[in-house]
Amino acid sequence: MNTCPDKDYDLEERISEIVKSYGAKPSALIMILQDVQKHYRYLPREAMEMVAKKMRLPLAQIYGVATFYRSFSLEPKGRNHICVCTGTACHVRQSRVILEQLERDLKIKAGETSADHEFSLERVNCLGACALGPLVTANEVYYGNMTVPKIERMLQEIKTRKPVEEPVGEVA
Amino acid sequence: MSAVKLTSPKQLLQYREQLERNYDPNRTVITICAGTGCLACGCQAVTDTIRKLVLEERLDESVTVKTTGCHGFCERGPLVVIEPQGIFYQRVKPADVKLILDQTIKGGRIVNKLLYRDPQTGEHIQNAKDIPFYKKQMRLIFGKNGFMDPTAIDDYLRLGGYVSMVKALTTMQPEQIIDEVKKSGLRGRGGGGFLAGRKWASCRKAKGTPKYVICNADEGDPGAFMDRSLLEGNPHSVIEGMVIGAYAIGSTDGFVYVRNEYPLAVKNLTVAINAARQMGLLGDNILGSGFSFDIEISRGGGAFVCGESTALMASLEGKMGEPRAKYIHTVDQGLWDKPSNLNNVETWANVPLIIEKGADWYASIGTENSKGTKVFALTGKINNTGLVEVPMGITLREILYDIGGGVPGGKRFKAVQTGGPSGGTLIVETRDFDIHESLVAHGDVQEEEQPISLLDLPVDFDELTRAGSMMGSGGMIVMDEDSCMVDVARYFLQFLQEESCGKCVPCREGISVMLNILNRICGGEGTMEDIIYLEQLSQVIIDTSLCQLGGSAPNPVLSTIRYFRQEYVAHVRHKMCPAGVCKDLVSHAIAENCNGCHACFKPCPTDAIIGKAKELHVIDQVKCIQCGACYQICRYNAIKRVKRGEGEKVQIRAKEKWQPVSKQPATVA
Repeated sequence: MNTCPDKDYDLEERISEIVKSYGAKPSALIMILQDVQKHYRYLPREAMEMVAKKMRLPLAQIYGVATFYRSFSLEPKGRNHICVCTGTACHVRQSRVILEQLERDLKIKAGETSADHEFSLERVNCLGACALGPLVTANEVYYGNMTVPKIERMLQEIKTRKPVEEPVGEVA
Repeated sequence: MSAVKLTSPKQLLQYREQLERNYDPNRTVITICAGTGCLACGCQAVTDTIRKLVLEERLDESVTVKTTGCHGFCERGPLVVIEPQGIFYQRVKPADVKLILDQTIKGGRIVNKLLYRDPQTGEHIQNAKDIPFYKKQMRLIFGKNGFMDPTAIDDYLRLGGYVSMVKALTTMQPEQIIDEVKKSGLRGRGGGGFLAGRKWASCRKAKGTPKYVICNADEGDPGAFMDRSLLEGNPHSVIEGMVIGAYAIGSTDGFVYVRNEYPLAVKNLTVAINAARQMGLLGDNILGSGFSFDIEISRGGGAFVCGESTALMASLEGKMGEPRAKYIHTVDQGLWDKPSNLNNVETWANVPLIIEKGADWYASIGTENSKGTKVFALTGKINNTGLVEVPMGITLREILYDIGGGVPGGKRFKAVQTGGPSGGTLIVETRDFDIHESLVAHGDVQEEEQPISLLDLPVDFDELTRAGSMMGSGGMIVMDEDSCMVDVARYFLQFLQEESCGKCVPCREGISVMLNILNRICGGEGTMEDIIYLEQLSQVIIDTSLCQLGGSAPNPVLSTIRYFRQEYVAHVRHKMCPAGVCKDLVSHAIAENCNGCHACFKPCPTDAIIGKAKELHVIDQVKCIQCGACYQICRYNAIKRVKRGEGEKVQIRAKEKWQPVSKQPATVA
């Protein structure tokens, strides 16, 4: 497992804040871990240990939850997060072609992060904007009716834009 | 928004009267749909431009700008509606805003180019209710979406919100409410179709306190987004339904378990709950009735299996979302082993309607055993993608052709898939000769029997089940001739294999084995025994899985074999994919109708396309990796997907037949 990249940052303080905002009840565990992940772009071991301590839950349960749910990652994600929707509606509109092209362009497979931590590529099941299929989101920005030539333009746009510090649930 | 705390039903009434008095029905309101679908189309920029220009041109005295929930017609977003006339503008871009303000708002004229144009008659349609997409719909629970800002509780109250709650809390006994819901015939909209009233009654009778009321908003089915739209566009209707349910059951604590992938739904619901709490419509001693109930939001972690009730409750407890066997029902022992009543978003949103207008009124809509309306998400190869709310019992043909506008691009309709991946089943046009043959081979129909069209099937819970399909959560994915049914079955199994929680063997191992077989078939290495083996294995998985995820996982395979056996046979015996989807079985080739437009050059990742502009192009069969990029981009239907190895043959024939562009018959772009 990877160690936390910014150890100098006061981990305990940060986690306390997050736990406090929801209250240390088990029903909030998933949300707490989501907020931790939003901060670090993944779940570092130290952070999970701290959550266990603050919530008085066994570390095994935290680890179990962290590995069970799709939205958690134990590996650091890239600065730019690209999701290809592979829901049924996008699938029948050939989202596979788009995904394979992105895999070739970014030289990573779905679910992987590039070595320079610039890009993460992921398949998601349905983003619910089926009218726009095939659909790709990059850092929460929607790119609808994707075609292969549009991918190049999209990647260009991402590279020229400033990297997103904290991916929040904003839709542009 | 006001922050007054209302302490009696009378105060609520007075508050509403005051809202009514302050409301000017003749005031011009520009409403902009701000559901996720329209946001993805860029409605934020349109909204910003409208707000900016309205201020700049000093129209803010006479015009209100309002963002609303989803109008349903996602295909045509961003949508802008001018009230009170109800002028419906679609595909509005920021550059059109000035035109709308100058022409419509100031001049009272209609901007024709922004109106919806009926593809059949070519007529411009001014009002939403005259558009074919809306005409056959019955928008009972989605109707208010277009008129209210989901984050403004005043809008909901003015439109008659929380009336049902007051009625239930002040004039009805809990048993009376349950009887009313039972009598209405409301069935769970999440997929199972269990009678909501009966579930409530069992939960009320169950021993143990506290009791929990849960709203399942973990809408994991790909291609279904009605629950998200409801939470985004009308969160108060769900809250109101839950309060009524909680009062009837005797619960004080509620949970909404919502997907984390729905940030806007979480946001709007949070705003709504806080507003309701502030006004005393939620929390301790609601409107002075002595009844207390509060709702907590819990965000999911992105696991499909958490849509299953026991898995959802495990997840709410902060554990892995694994289901358990249900020999003890969740209404007796659910969340934290206490009696818990779980219903889906759409079910809760139906409750206020039933209480307000009565069970008899509600039961008058729909068919004998399926009452009310159902929201479907119409997606895939269909002209009008969007959310449609229709009365139960409407035929599939009406939904697909009258509302959905049919299949785009003149392609042939093949099947519609309902019920999500685990309900994954297909309804097809059985007039199709091949399908009839497949059904005969399957022993479902006699050879001499007249093929009937399943498109004329009335859509309700029981009819769909009888047809070997199911209602599910209401996703309807339309497929045309370009969709390979074996590939679709493989797609669903891959989805379910990834989403299987792994607790029970039949689901964990069985689905993997089935997926392997399907991968083999799609790769051209399948045998006829594989098809039989798939059917046998399916039965075992159905019989022995712990929860409905496994229990219904083989459905897509079984139904595709049932209706499209000939496609399986084509893959196995003839090593070809009739739809040209399975990569290992196709070659891409360019036919004689290529006009040399050069569009396919750039997307080709391996530079396999050779040819000069305005001359016939050729695909280098050795270099081609069958990625399909050129097929997607070609507007002249010149790229053909043929049986593996036959690409060269097609291209040689094309060379013989090809004529320069000037002599070619005009093709549609």
